[in-house]
Amino acid sequence: MDKELKKRLEITATKVRMGIIEGVYNAKSGHPGGSLSIADIMTYLYNHKMNIDPQNPTMHDRDRLVLSKGHTAPCLYSVLANRGYFPVDELKTLRKSGSRLQGHPVMGKVPGVDYSTGSLGQGISGACGMALSGKVGGDSYRVYAVLGDGEIQEGMVWEAAMFAAHYKLDNLCAIVDNNGLQIDGKIDDVMSPYPIDEKFKAFGWNVICINAHDFDEIESAVNDAELKSGQPTVIIQKSVKGKGVSFMENLANWHGAAPNEEQYNQAMSELNAKLNELEGN
Amino acid sequence: MEKIATRISYGNALNELVKIRPDLMVLDADVAHATMTMMFEKENPDRHFNCGIQECNMLGTAAGIASTGKLVFASCFAMFAAGRAYEIARNSIGYPRLNVKIGATHAGISVGEDGASHQCCEDIALMRTIPGMTIINPADDVEAKAAVLAMADFNGPTYLRFGRLPVPVFNNPETYKFEVGKGITLRDSDSDTVTIIATGLLVYPAIEAAEELAKQGVNARVINIHTIKPLDEELVLKAARETGRIVVAEEHSIIGGLGSAVADIVSEKCPVPVKKLGVNDTFGHSGPALQLLEEFGLTAENIFKVTKEFIG
Repeated sequence: MDKELKKRLEITATKVRMGIIEGVYNAKSGHPGGSLSIADIMTYLYNHKMNIDPQNPTMHDRDRLVLSKGHTAPCLYSVLANRGYFPVDELKTLRKSGSRLQGHPVMGKVPGVDYSTGSLGQGISGACGMALSGKVGGDSYRVYAVLGDGEIQEGMVWEAAMFAAHYKLDNLCAIVDNNGLQIDGKIDDVMSPYPIDEKFKAFGWNVICINAHDFDEIESAVNDAELKSGQPTVIIQKSVKGKGVSFMENLANWHGAAPNEEQYNQAMSELNAKLNELEGN
Repeated sequence: MEKIATRISYGNALNELVKIRPDLMVLDADVAHATMTMMFEKENPDRHFNCGIQECNMLGTAAGIASTGKLVFASCFAMFAAGRAYEIARNSIGYPRLNVKIGATHAGISVGEDGASHQCCEDIALMRTIPGMTIINPADDVEAKAAVLAMADFNGPTYLRFGRLPVPVFNNPETYKFEVGKGITLRDSDSDTVTIIATGLLVYPAIEAAEELAKQGVNARVINIHTIKPLDEELVLKAARETGRIVVAEEHSIIGGLGSAVADIVSEKCPVPVKKLGVNDTFGHSGPALQLLEEFGLTAENIFKVTKEFIG
């Protein structure tokens, strides 16, 4: 990846992480851990890869993204706001009564949200429907679906996995965020979904495994997925839950907890330092 | 009188609908030979998609298709569409108000020999709880076809309920008019002392029951409610005001179905006695459909008897 591009993406991803913390802190609830772990690939997709237009969020030929792990809405909202879909300041209204930034994403309410999710396992089916519709209509758009590694414990995910391969939905790219943690602890203690790669392979998918926090690997995986013909692709990204905020990293507690004022200040100061370093100030 | 199962009407109507809406996509869950979407598949193989035995994924996929603007029907048995996949209908279809049409067949006790596991008498109750879900339960071939064709320009989540058992075709295709949300008065007079409100396969028996009542000097109004939600409140309240008593007949549990919907509105806006005739909070069992309908009291004779007792 071009150095300038990488730097620009790293800067945006840091701002996205600040938006996540801002939202969850103001809401006094929400899901920061899994939002931070997908911040890099979400930043890449929305700022470099996807054919989208913030001024025309419902254009038919746009690429679509389904946040199947809908509880990580703070990341989606922050990415969209930083991309110009709505003001960044609105992130402070997350989860508040009257706000369009619901606890889980709602299509038609927030510009840029392509699909309503929240109930785990359902988003991937919706993404299959979008991809199949695109095939039938001869449309050029691609569909991305972001799933949690805990989410894939839901049986419906595997119904969709079977369906996507059966109908050769090569315009579909799923991303499994393998941060290894879910609410009750380590995913392999709670209910192991491993081996994730072998499972998807057995279901007929093209499987790519990457480091979630390396833009070079993200770019090459997303591009390879696009080139794959006749098969859907899943990118299994090994990630750090809470990535970018030192005291949140790799702790299941931060799946669904908001920082207090002191923690908020520390998180923002870490992210600000990172931003300054990147911007060379 | 000719008898046709409304699932056959459904299959036929899809082939008409695609002529008006060429964007139509039809999904099925390995029951295309039973829901009769195979009739559509035969003529439109590139528009029919079998999802296999995956009712939940089928409804989710339908929601995704609808999000791209296409008209989509998702079909399987009522038990699995409304029961097993309830939460997908709620969260992926109802909540975002996506234009998915759920074509549910094999509703009610008249599924027959398959027994209670497949006799869904709870689907109307379940679907009623979803905000914005339209529920349509056609009474015969003419009405079923008209309801499906009406979906060409009716936007929003809709649950259409069809049956397996051939039922009398009593509506006149020349004069019949279908309008979502509008009940149809099939019989009335200035001296009605009771109204029988029926839906689905009990509409024709309700007419027969009213004819018998008339012979005994009792004038009963008969209303066909094909759209259970949104309910034609005006017509129901008019009947309550003018006839003072209502019997509701449906091939569904007495809990949460049309009877409950009528009682909800009547008790609030024009309290009159309401008698619910349906499946009495019990499971069905295997047996020939017609025999089961008799056993569960879902017949013209029983509507007559219950109505007569009710008016005293």
